[in-house]
Amino acid sequence: MTLNAFLFQILNGLSSASGLFLIAAGLSLIFGVTRIVNLAHGSLYMLGTYIAYTFATKIGGVTGFWGGIIATALIVGLLGALIEIVLLRRIYRAPELFQLLATFALVLVINDAALWLWGPADLLGPRAPGFRGAVEILGRRLPTYDLFLIVIGPLVLLALHLTLTRTRFGRLIRAATQDREMVGALGVNQAVLFTSVFALGAALAGLGGALQIAREPANLATDLIALGDAFVVVVVGGMGSIPGAYLAAVIIAEVRALCVGIGTVDFGFVTINFSKFTLVAEFLVMAIVLIVRPFGLLGKAQGAVRSIAEPEEPIRPATPMLKALGVVVLVGLLCLPLLAQGSPYLLVLGIDVLIAVIFATSLHFIMGPGGMHSFGHAAYFGLGAYGAALLVKWLALPMGVALIAAPLLALCGALLFGWFAVRLSGVYLAMLTLAFAQIVWAAVFQWEGFTGGSNGVIGVWPPAPFDKSWAYFLLTLVLAVAAVLLLRRFLFAPFGYAMRAGRDSPLRAEAIGIDVKRVHWLAFGVAGLVCGIGGGLFAFAKGSISPETIHINRSIDGLVMVLLGGVQTLTGPIAGASVFAVLHDTVMRQTEYWRALMGAIILLLVLTFPQGIVGAFASLWRKAGGRL
Amino acid sequence: MLSVDKLSAWYGAAQILFDLSFEVGRGEVVALMGRNGAGKSTTMKAIMGLIAQRQGRIIFNDDDISKCEPYQIARRGLGFTPEDRRIFSDLTVTENLDIGRQPPRQFLDGQPAPLWTPERLFKLFPNLAEMPDRPGGRMSGGEQQMLTVARTLMGNPLLVLLDEPSEGVAPLIVEQMANTIIELKKEGLSILLSEQNIHFAELVSDRVYVLEKGQIQWHGAMTELASNPDIQRRYLTV
Repeated sequence: MTLNAFLFQILNGLSSASGLFLIAAGLSLIFGVTRIVNLAHGSLYMLGTYIAYTFATKIGGVTGFWGGIIATALIVGLLGALIEIVLLRRIYRAPELFQLLATFALVLVINDAALWLWGPADLLGPRAPGFRGAVEILGRRLPTYDLFLIVIGPLVLLALHLTLTRTRFGRLIRAATQDREMVGALGVNQAVLFTSVFALGAALAGLGGALQIAREPANLATDLIALGDAFVVVVVGGMGSIPGAYLAAVIIAEVRALCVGIGTVDFGFVTINFSKFTLVAEFLVMAIVLIVRPFGLLGKAQGAVRSIAEPEEPIRPATPMLKALGVVVLVGLLCLPLLAQGSPYLLVLGIDVLIAVIFATSLHFIMGPGGMHSFGHAAYFGLGAYGAALLVKWLALPMGVALIAAPLLALCGALLFGWFAVRLSGVYLAMLTLAFAQIVWAAVFQWEGFTGGSNGVIGVWPPAPFDKSWAYFLLTLVLAVAAVLLLRRFLFAPFGYAMRAGRDSPLRAEAIGIDVKRVHWLAFGVAGLVCGIGGGLFAFAKGSISPETIHINRSIDGLVMVLLGGVQTLTGPIAGASVFAVLHDTVMRQTEYWRALMGAIILLLVLTFPQGIVGAFASLWRKAGGRL
Repeated sequence: MLSVDKLSAWYGAAQILFDLSFEVGRGEVVALMGRNGAGKSTTMKAIMGLIAQRQGRIIFNDDDISKCEPYQIARRGLGFTPEDRRIFSDLTVTENLDIGRQPPRQFLDGQPAPLWTPERLFKLFPNLAEMPDRPGGRMSGGEQQMLTVARTLMGNPLLVLLDEPSEGVAPLIVEQMANTIIELKKEGLSILLSEQNIHFAELVSDRVYVLEKGQIQWHGAMTELASNPDIQRRYLTV
């Protein structure tokens, strides 16, 4: 690459950085003040692209385009205010993870709303009036609109900086980011502050989206991509730091642009195609930054958030009645092959549910008792699944060996990633686990020769007698029960007590001689191991696997399962996984708009059962005078 | 001015306060005394609406505030300075003061409450005047204590809840704090002060309530407590 080409790529990167910065800045502001990790932030960005497209094409001209961009920012801002007032305000006191679930439901609903309103096709907006041409820079032609974008980022940064330092609103935002309770005790109405911050953040996302329509088409996949980008930028820059967000946006956009620019390089002994790294570059940057600077480039250690949620109930062993119920369910499941002779689908559904149970209980193990919110649990599921499938494909090993190797591979992955992850906490830990999962995903996706790339691995069928679905169902049942009992055993052993002590008060736990990091690290490994069992079973159940197995969607599904059931009980993840898997397999078949339906169900659950399904039953039960 | 009737409060399942009843009259400085863990800070937080699980009636300025949010209570003219100060460490002294700013206020009889501006507060706390642009996080404990009081005064309160103003600060600052309280009383403010240090309380308070295990064990005039070593030994001496 020549120096000119290099500099040109730098300019390209700067114009992408502006978009990244706009969406990340809003996310960071919202998180700082409300402590809500707004998963719907990417969806607001996506809405920005669609709404601006509509203005630019329906009204057209200068008014339609430039006026449309301003109008879009205002509309999305209003929508943000509406979301805060109608939904989030009701759940500020709920556990942090519940808020995540609610905003994730919004992702689903907004995505289907966009599908319904604008249809599935990509929509490319008109070119920007006044910026249609290109200028020649360094011997290449750079669109003038890109130059405009390069300028927009720093301008917004400056405007935000002045707002935060020179206005009372800005000072309130900064004060509330540190101690919102104290701000309230000084006479500031937090509700109004939260709504306006949410609206501001949403408007920034809408603006970011609207500015993109002249470059990239409006697309239904934008929401999760933009969300991922925004998270990476915020975490790399440091949560709550606006200049940090800009710095991180520039770094990430530049690394990506350079990966594309460098292209394929022949090192003599090996040829590397750098453009393939674009998928994983940002996550690599994030992983490195988090390992070196755990609070991001310009971030500071988070002040302990004064928790307003109820403290967690201790975990109690199941009562005889619940144990009896468990036995009844187990007997029912054992009889399922007999009952389901007429409908083979029931057994397939049963296998799906059991695998989901393994996945969710293993995630719950680190999330609930461990207090480590992993956003990348799919990595261990995927390692198990790919481990099993590749052993069969390349070494033709029997299923038994593959099913044993799968959890071991997942264990290795979990121990490796966990070693870094347990050094962080909260959102940073969540993001680092996500980064590792994305790296695994990208590796599988790109390493076509070994993993089959996007085609995945096919023909991973179980040998007789497990080729019959009843036999495979029973195998899955045995392993699932074993997995759940193993995790339960860990939780009621001293190891489990140490884990929970480390979650509740890390300093005191260390003071009585518990090596909290080591305990949490081992817990991470155990969770990975068990999750790998599920992954191995999954590969043989489906007969083929693709990178979808490790996709971020699966990690999020796991979170939804755990939260749906309730984090604070051991039966929670089992119930949550079952309900989720059944809903997923049934609702999905009913309607084209399954996401919206799923989202609506989750929202209903969140608003009516803020402790999860099992938690809600337990408190109903207690009110009725019993103990579960 | 402030009348608390059968106030109880809980943290989770543990009850901390048991049916506390007490009053602060207009222009009065009342001390809540007791050892560590007696429930002094919890009483203040409960009055301020910062503890979700509370019961009882709290009347402030003829207004029932027992069900109000903290910001609504602050806007009625009740100021709160927490014991752990809770300065916004990223914000400068001036900015911290600005967060506390509220409109001018009147007593029920129409008499205006003392009106505070940063300039007036800098006269009251000359140390702060020397560092208007210093971030809160880079101040000494005593300076932070002054800033907390000044920040609360920016809301032009009618009554201030002062939680352990003498705790953990240098003797010179303690003396300055006592002078400040006397000054504020002269301005017509009412003050509910929580204190462990009898010498400090004696300097500034008119009346005193003694707390132990979340209950009021004794109350009376400050002079009475000062001359009663028996009560002091039973409830205050460590």
